[in-house]
Amino acid sequence: MTKYIIKRIAMGLLSIFIVATLTFFLMNLVPGGPFVAEKSISKAAQEALASKYGLDKPLFEQYITYITDFIKGDMGVSLRQRGRTVSDIIFSKFPVSARLAGIAVLVSLLVGIPLGCLSAYNRGKFADNFIIVLATCGIAIPSFISSVILLYTFGSKLNLLPTVGLNTLSSYIMPVTALSIYPTAYITRLMRSSLLDVMGQDYIRTAKAKGLSNFKILFKHALRNAILPVITYVGPMLASLMTGSFIVEQIFAIPGLGREFVSAMTNRDYTMIMGTTIVLATLIIIANVIVDILYKIIDPRIKLK
Amino acid sequence: MNKKFPSLHLKADDFVPATSTEKESLVVMRDSVNFWKDGFRRLRKNKVAMVSLVFIILIIIFAYILPSFWPYSYEQQIKYSENLAPFHYSETEQAQIDAGQKVFPHICGTDKLGRDFAVRLMMGARISLTVGLVCAALVLIVGSLFGAIAGFAGGWVDNIMMRFTDILYTIPDILLIILLATSLKPRLEALSATPGFMWMQKMGPNLIAIFIVFVLIYWVGMARITRSQILVLKESEYVTAAKALGASNARIIRKHLLTNCIGTLIVTTTLQIPSAIFTESYLSFLGLGVTAPMPSLGSLATEAVKGMNTYPYLLFLPAVLISVIILAFNLLGDGLRDAFDPKLKN
Repeated sequence: MTKYIIKRIAMGLLSIFIVATLTFFLMNLVPGGPFVAEKSISKAAQEALASKYGLDKPLFEQYITYITDFIKGDMGVSLRQRGRTVSDIIFSKFPVSARLAGIAVLVSLLVGIPLGCLSAYNRGKFADNFIIVLATCGIAIPSFISSVILLYTFGSKLNLLPTVGLNTLSSYIMPVTALSIYPTAYITRLMRSSLLDVMGQDYIRTAKAKGLSNFKILFKHALRNAILPVITYVGPMLASLMTGSFIVEQIFAIPGLGREFVSAMTNRDYTMIMGTTIVLATLIIIANVIVDILYKIIDPRIKLK
Repeated sequence: MNKKFPSLHLKADDFVPATSTEKESLVVMRDSVNFWKDGFRRLRKNKVAMVSLVFIILIIIFAYILPSFWPYSYEQQIKYSENLAPFHYSETEQAQIDAGQKVFPHICGTDKLGRDFAVRLMMGARISLTVGLVCAALVLIVGSLFGAIAGFAGGWVDNIMMRFTDILYTIPDILLIILLATSLKPRLEALSATPGFMWMQKMGPNLIAIFIVFVLIYWVGMARITRSQILVLKESEYVTAAKALGASNARIIRKHLLTNCIGTLIVTTTLQIPSAIFTESYLSFLGLGVTAPMPSLGSLATEAVKGMNTYPYLLFLPAVLISVIILAFNLLGDGLRDAFDPKLKN
């Protein structure tokens, strides 16, 4: 067990390192630099700025400097938002994204699991078909389309919900809905198929033969086993939420990490790109590692390799 | 008295050759059903998958054939016809109609630059479909070859190759896609301007960038699936027989292993198409997809977001089309899986 955990963590660290390296060299492939876009700055000033931030040095040297600084815990200063360090910006933006993602995870689990159970219990009946159609559609709609359509109907046409920012409680409704449609639909399908699988097992028949109530069978026996695939989905779910959040944060003008990442990309803010990429990648990788380990702990039938 | 004992006398009647009808009545075996026939028979019974298939064929006609018969082109800006509602005509066009000329109606209206939106939708569908189909095909080639080689070779080769994919698998793909898209696009655009690479201009360097990005990211899943299939298949008797007969490794992979896991490959490839279309659409939304004037469904929807309060149909048409295309491919993929690969089902 310990061996497995150590191995898994080591692999996670290696992945983070690879992400950092790839990001560093890829972003430097892009022509233009952080200061080129600013027309107000003269060529000489641009060069002075570049040398101040060490951008005039050979690429490999910059890379070594960045990595050593990073290991010491210094992510540098933002090249475009002058005077602010990268870790500063990330720490101020991260809670916004995390709250949004956390609520979306909760919503998709709380909606998806019961829907999946309901669907499996009514297999072949109207409720099942209805839920499956909904879930299939939910998987097919890209998050930017659902958010824009929500924005159009509830924001501008009906004027029910605020369209910008996250200032009031009601302003969470639309972004969270847009974010959680895909994971909810996915969890519903996953839950349905795994519950159907479990319901066919012998121990469920035994439980029925003992005369247990449907309720007890579901909660004591079926759900515990059927929920395993859903747990494994939590890691990828975080990733899919992040994909959504890049877009949802743009559309609803939410000052989160996803928006910061995209704007750093377009601004060629090298240190910001590195910082946000590493932080986001680390989060996903940690989630995946935890899920992998949890999975083995919950289900003793799975042999550790 | 003799009747109680079986007679040993042979009757000549019993040895008359059977007539052909008699022979046929004895044949109870049905025609052998091969893998493809069996799969397609099951697929045909699946109504949802068949409807999706018909829809996909219609969309392909809509995207690849219809634009050549359309009187407008996707980049043609018609003067004075900006922002027309569906089936409306500008004053100049109205005058032409009054003068007895025929003017083809703008079925879906026009956009803010006076371009016929119907044909832009078709081109958008073409680009999105092309992205989906080409990416799926490339992923299939790269992934299945890598997986097949790893699975077939086994031992340390397999170990190294799979550790490599394990690491790639843990890297969050969306970050990498955005990074690669931003860094590859300008590079390829510069490359396409140099002689020798002019052919790239024809396809659009950014489209090529998207292909490369998607292949780099998505081949891993395909490689893993192929490998696991190959691992099972390579222990089978017919592979041992082929080896005993002196078949080369390449031949065994091509003739025996790949052909036997083709069901899985088809299903995975079909399900790869919608995910590529999905990813392209949000890359377009972030401004990293195909570049103007070439439209993709994602970029059409993105352009329409700004004017969505006045011209909502410009947003809804591409949005609905893209969702329905993804839906159709998903449903077809599910149907194919049920038909060709019942083991994989859930």
